[in-house]
Amino acid sequence: MEQIVNMIGRETLKTIVGLIGVLVFVVFNALILTWAERKVAGHMQRRIGPKEVGPYGLIQPIADAIKLLGKEILTPREVDRPLYYLAPILIFVPVLVSFIVIPFDASLQVKDINVGILVILAFSSLSVFSILMAGWGSNNKYALIGAIRSVAQNIAYEIPLLLALLPVIMMANSFSLKTIVEAQKGLWFVVYQPLAFCIYFISAVAETNRTPFDLPEAESELVAGYHTEYSGMRFALFFLAEYTNIFIVSAIAVTFFLGGYQGPFLPGIIWFLLKSYLLVFVIIWLRWTYPRVRFDQLLNVSWKALIPLAFINLLITGGLLKL
Amino acid sequence: MTVSPSAFITGAVSLITGLGVTIKAFFQPVVTSQYPRQLLNISPRFRGHTKLLADKDNLGKNGCIACGICVRNCPSGSIKSAEGEKREGEKRKTATTYILDYTTCSQCGICVESCPSDCLAFSADFNAAGFKREDFYYDLVKEFEKRKNAS
Repeated sequence: MEQIVNMIGRETLKTIVGLIGVLVFVVFNALILTWAERKVAGHMQRRIGPKEVGPYGLIQPIADAIKLLGKEILTPREVDRPLYYLAPILIFVPVLVSFIVIPFDASLQVKDINVGILVILAFSSLSVFSILMAGWGSNNKYALIGAIRSVAQNIAYEIPLLLALLPVIMMANSFSLKTIVEAQKGLWFVVYQPLAFCIYFISAVAETNRTPFDLPEAESELVAGYHTEYSGMRFALFFLAEYTNIFIVSAIAVTFFLGGYQGPFLPGIIWFLLKSYLLVFVIIWLRWTYPRVRFDQLLNVSWKALIPLAFINLLITGGLLKL
Repeated sequence: MTVSPSAFITGAVSLITGLGVTIKAFFQPVVTSQYPRQLLNISPRFRGHTKLLADKDNLGKNGCIACGICVRNCPSGSIKSAEGEKREGEKRKTATTYILDYTTCSQCGICVESCPSDCLAFSADFNAAGFKREDFYYDLVKEFEKRKNAS
């Protein structure tokens, strides 16, 4: 053990172990969330949801995963092969990178980068790129329309997302996620910044392509949107990325507004996961409550309401901080 | 996009009301019945295939006197035969075979209405399934014996 540590260095070893941990967590999180989504959906419609496979249907996601693994990976004849093959792999990279900087606990963080939030935001905008690749490469009109919608939507909502995080960064005086959490020792930032929290949360739901902003994969109009032509494990990768993104946006909301891993009695990691999954539950709850918005409404909300509000909020915060 | 403050407030209230509806439903008990695990109560007027009832005076025996009125009355010709024999010391015939072709039966109930000894009724058997049409040619006398032995 000592030799290995000396050979590759403590920091590298920590990163490798962290990456493996992140991979395990990503898969585990997706399994839990697919189950939770169907269970919550069921109970909100006064049904039970999955119940046959294992107690309370808990093993259902594993059965689904095995089914997806066993399926033939189909490649339609007319697709743009390099793009078609690369898209599901590329959509997974930003997801993994984002996890590296998220502080799960005071010491449970793969790497504390002093521009942490910028890393997450920069990489998460890459996922739009792979969605566009998937839509274009599929050579399918529904996939292409879904991808175009996704790009328009993600560009529109990335701005309020960032602008809603900026006041917090100004208050904590740091881009590092850990410093931001430490700055909330006394009072959570959601108390100072309720408007920013609302703007962030709405934009986050839109960023993850969830209902009521799920136009890129509107199943009643576009079959399945950008992943219409994908099957088997390639489809599973899109699915995995989507559910991991839901967790990531919730985790960022917790880190920035809800005090991160801080809380009384319980250890930090428990508090962090508790808060994050509470927000994930709210996102699922939104999905099973609201219908899909129209596309012009979607863009109007962002450009004409969220962005101006976020700017005003930013100005007021800046002004008050200066005083 | 110009939204008046009152429209904004009514909109926000309606969004929250919607969330309230779903969260209330989330904590309320489930209303669906888990079909193969759990059966619903079948209405007493449910019409499955017809079944023979017991003789009013002798419950161990089917009440059919093999008169053949139902065979002649059936509009679809679904009742193929109702044969019987006269046993020693009895005043009437007793059915030994009663063949119902359930594939063409429309549960109209004319046989039940016209039975002179009131020994026909609808069963509550709703999940008949089979691989060939012969699976639905029921001998109601045998079915009656089976029910008698089971009870």
